[in-house]
This record gives sequence, structure tokens and C-alpha cells, in this order.
Amino acid sequence: MAPDQIVFWVFAPVSVGSAVAMLFQRNAIHAALFLIVNFFTLAVFYLVLGAPFLFAVQIIVYAGAIMVLFLFVIMLLGVDREESLVERLRGQRPLAIVLGLGLAAEIFVTARASLGLARGPANFDETVNVGGNAQALSHVLFRDYFLPFEVTSILLIVAAIAAMVLAQRRERTTVEAAGEAEV
Amino acid sequence: MLAQFLIHPPIQLGPIGPELVLTGTAIVVLLGAAFNPRIGHSTLLLVSLLGLAGAALVSIGLWDWGGELTVLAGMVATDRFAVVARLILLGIAAMGLVYGYHYFRRSGEARAEFYPLVLFATAGMTLIAAAADLILVFLALEILSLSLYVLTGISARLSSVEGSMKYFLLGAFSSAFFLYGVAMAYGATGSTRLSAIAHALAGQTGSLGLALAAVAFLGIGFGFKVAAVPFHMWTPDVYQGAPTPVTAFMAAGTKVAAFAALIRVLETSFQPLTLDWTPLVWTIAAVTVVAGSLIAIAQTDIKRMLAYSSIAHAGFVLIALTAAGQDGISAALFYLLAYALMVLGAFGVVMLVSARGEGRTSLASYAGLYRRSRLLAGLLTLFLLSLAGIPPTAGFIAKVNVFRAAVAAGHWPLVLVGVLASVVAAFFYIRVMVLMYMQEPQDDAEPDRSPWPRVAVAVPAVLTLLFGVFPGIVLGVLDKAAILRW
Repeated sequence: MAPDQIVFWVFAPVSVGSAVAMLFQRNAIHAALFLIVNFFTLAVFYLVLGAPFLFAVQIIVYAGAIMVLFLFVIMLLGVDREESLVERLRGQRPLAIVLGLGLAAEIFVTARASLGLARGPANFDETVNVGGNAQALSHVLFRDYFLPFEVTSILLIVAAIAAMVLAQRRERTTVEAAGEAEV
Repeated sequence: MLAQFLIHPPIQLGPIGPELVLTGTAIVVLLGAAFNPRIGHSTLLLVSLLGLAGAALVSIGLWDWGGELTVLAGMVATDRFAVVARLILLGIAAMGLVYGYHYFRRSGEARAEFYPLVLFATAGMTLIAAAADLILVFLALEILSLSLYVLTGISARLSSVEGSMKYFLLGAFSSAFFLYGVAMAYGATGSTRLSAIAHALAGQTGSLGLALAAVAFLGIGFGFKVAAVPFHMWTPDVYQGAPTPVTAFMAAGTKVAAFAALIRVLETSFQPLTLDWTPLVWTIAAVTVVAGSLIAIAQTDIKRMLAYSSIAHAGFVLIALTAAGQDGISAALFYLLAYALMVLGAFGVVMLVSARGEGRTSLASYAGLYRRSRLLAGLLTLFLLSLAGIPPTAGFIAKVNVFRAAVAAGHWPLVLVGVLASVVAAFFYIRVMVLMYMQEPQDDAEPDRSPWPRVAVAVPAVLTLLFGVFPGIVLGVLDKAAILRW
């Protein structure tokens, strides 16, 4: 067995196990911790697949930043708050099961079709990662997609202003209240 | 090996100069207001207007772009179409800022964030007009939409917040359609760059089925943004709920920007499929002009009425698009220019009649406006005549141009539908005039009598008349701008 396969078979059960365990947690913090484990195993898979940059980003962004945000929100709402388990939308559960089965079937069919048939070029890794994975990625990001990459930052600024504007509302002013009273 | 990556890549920022100036100004205004909370809003307005003027100058400088055709990895176009669309959008933004400054000061809701948000929205609009890659079109669309969601809800009024929420939910929905269309286009041709898509489709190396699906999904995404029937549901609620200056800005700006992008996408990347998408545009145009004009009759609120009228006007621009090529693009550009002028003017008068906030927007409060203020009644009459397409206004010339282009392309049944719809539409525009001149005022509410906003509203009025009487002064420029370089 090749070393990458050994790594895969060691981490795959951990990955699936942590994902399933996350679903069955009553405590939100425990669920979040299982999610972190899951994120780490995914990072390992990226490394095995020859994508060290994605490996680092997965740990820094997902296991780091996003999980901190998750925990922050959980703390903000109160750790020991009981979630109401009463369903408000009727027929949600059967619908979810049907759609879930459909999705599973779709994934199964696609995976089967691509096995052996639509394999990528033999030296896919080498052609894509010219000069190293991170370098090749930076080439795409800062040369071919330089403008969209920078424009995204404007989008983030707008989102930040939006959050400030909507969160920091003043009480409705007397002038306006008077204006509406006239009608 | 290392040296290869240390070489500075050649990045030409010239073609996105206007956007750089706009975002730079927006950040200066934002930080200025943040570090000095007591800064006067007139200063913020002045700096913002200077930024717009600077962006306009940079745009004009791009009229004779002598550089390469493909800049920034083919992300932006350097043609004159982009220059003209940008100039129209910058003018709209200037009007929106002046209106907003006055409106929010009077309604007591002045917020410094208004100015940077308008500037960012404008940057998104100008960028979408020049975007030559579907990914950039999407990002620019999101920038302008996100800014407009917040601007719609910037007031604490319930209807404003409700409109913002509705706009956001339906906007997110339409973005999903748009993205799906981008994915389809990539699947069909292996690229998101408009020119590459066109080459793949022309050489028939792409998958036709996927490409048609891409046209349909992108069309739905754009349909939401330009408010074409049946994707118009959000328009009346959002236009009514948003503060009037924001309504004026977005009614004019979003339509011009989204149509500019739609024209570019249809006329460049899907140009090889013209025969396939023309019936689609044809049908939507017919349904939009008819439905917009008919539903507008039943409205009792002037902002809702103008919202349905703006839906009908989207249909007229679509009629121009059925005539592919330079004629159609030129007619659409002139229509968008005329539409922007009249809709900015009409909402400006609505803002002044309402005097403070949104109190008086029902049609009933326009009864006897002539007795209260001859100037406002006269200005609104002019804008309504232009919206109805009656000479000697720009709206008339715009409609004639659109119909002429469509007839030349052989779409005379569509033109017939358009003419009939404009007759129906004339009814509700004239009804407002009858109210203003022939009825007695029902209350003694006074319109806003501040002098400067009146001067601002007079600007689109003068231009509407000018382009109505001497259309030649812009038509030549628009004809030169109606050639897409790709």
C-alpha cells in the first residue's frame, strides 16, 4: 500500500466518525469541537492530494477563524440554551428525506460514472502545479484573476459598512414621527 | 526560478481608473466621517461630488484608449460603450447624492454612511458596465446590490426596512440564478471570459444545450435586476419603501448598469446565438411593456405608479435589444439616458412634494399642486410627458429610435405592442396632470420650498428638453459608443 493510501485509511474513519458524532451532539460546544476535528482531517486529505496551500488555508481559515466565529456566536446566544425541537414547517421531514435520497443517488451515479471513465490527465499534478502548488495558485490569483480578487475586497468593505449601518440605528426622530402623524 | 516570480507582473490600471477614483473617494469620506463625527455633511457631499467629477474625467480620458485590447487578463473592456455608460451612471450618482443630502437633513435621518454607500454602489455600477468576464460581472452586481439593500433600509421606517428585506431576499435569489448561469456558460465553453465564450460558441466547440441554459439563467438574473416581467415582483415595494432619493438613484442607476451589462453579455459572448435569444428577449419585452403599463393604472401611490412605469420602460429597452447590432445598442443607450433623466426628475419632484420624509406620496396629495407650486407642477408635467413619450421631450425621441431600430430588424409586431402599451401608459401619466391642474388641493400641506433642490431637479428637466429638441448633440456620441470592442 502506498503511503498516501495508508494516511487516507487512517484519517477517513476519523473524518466520517467526527462528522457523524457532530450530528448527534446535544451540546452546541461539543458539536463545534467535533467539527474542528473534521476540518483537520479534511486538511490532511488536501495534503495527501498534493495541495499544501489548501491544507494550510483549511486549518487557518476553517479550523481557526471560522470556528472561533462559531464559538463566539454560541457563547453570545448562551451555551446552555435549549433548542426548541418542535418543527414549525409541516411536511419538512419527509421532504428532506426524499430530497436527501435524491442527492445521495445523484452523487452515487456521478461517482460511478467518473470511476475509470473520466480520469484526469495522467500528470495532472505536474501540469497544474507548475513551480509548486502555492506559486501556481498565486499566479492564477494575482495575475489572471487579479481584478476579481481585489474587487472582492470592495464587496467586503460594503458588507462591513452594511452591518454597521443596520446594527447602529438611532431611535426614530421626532421630525419624522411628526411627518407621519400629519398623514 | 525565484526571479521569475519576483518580476513585477505588468498590471495596467488605466481601464479601471474611474472605479479606483470612486472607491478611493468612498474610503476617504468613510474615514473622514469616522474620525471626525462632527464633520459637516456638506463637506462629505462636496468631497463625494469631487470624486464623481474625477471619475468622470478619468472616464473621458478612456474615450481614446490606445492601449491593448486585453487588459487585466481580459477582465475589463476598454471600449467607448463602457465610457458612455460610466458617464451616465456618474451623473445619476451625483443627482442621487444631492437629493439624499437634502432629504435626510430635512427628515432628520442624516447618516454619514449614505455618501460612501452611494459611491460604492456607483463603483459597482460603473464596473459592471465595463466588465468583460462573467465573474467580474457577478462581483460588480453584488457590490451594487449589497450597497442598495442597505441604502433601501437606511431609514428606520418600517416600510423602508421591509423593502430592504424583500429586496435582499429576492436579490439573493436572483444572484443564485445568475451564478448558475455563469456555471453553465463555463460548462459549455470552458471559460467565463465573454470573448472566449463567443469564440467557443462561434467555432461550435462548446455544448449548445448548456450554452442555451446559460443564456436562460443569466437572463433570469438580469431580468430581476432590470425589473422585467415576470421578475418584477420586488420593484413596487422596494421603490415605495426606500427613501425617495435612494429610489431615484437605484431606479435610474440599476437599470442603466444592468442593461449595459446585459447588452455586453448578449452582444459579445452570446452573439453567435443571436437567433436563439432574440425570441426570448422579444417575448419578455412584449409581456413587460404590457403588464407594466396595465398594472400602473391601478396604482394610488405615485412611487408605486412610477415603479410600474419603470418596469414598462425596461420593456422598451428590451425592444431595442431585439434589434441586435449597432443600431439596437445605440437606441438602447439613448433610451437609458432619457429614462435616467426623467426618472431622476420625477422622483426629485416627488421628494419635494412630500416635503419631509415620505408622508405625502399618495396620488391624492397631488391634487391642485399647480396652486401650491407652479414650478413643481410644471417640472413634473415635463417629466411625465417625457415618460409618456410625447414631443418635444427626450422620451419621445428615445421611443422613436427604439421603434425604428426594431422595425428595421423586422420586429414590427413587437413595435405595435409597444405603441399600444405607450398609449395605455399615457393615460395614467395624464391622470396625474389632470389632478395637478384641474382639482382643488385637499389639504393645506406645503411642498418643500428650499431653493437648491429645485435647481437640482431643473437640471434633468433642461436636459430632457434639450435632448428632445436637439437629439443630434448626443446621438453622434452614442453611435460611436455603440460598438463593442472584444
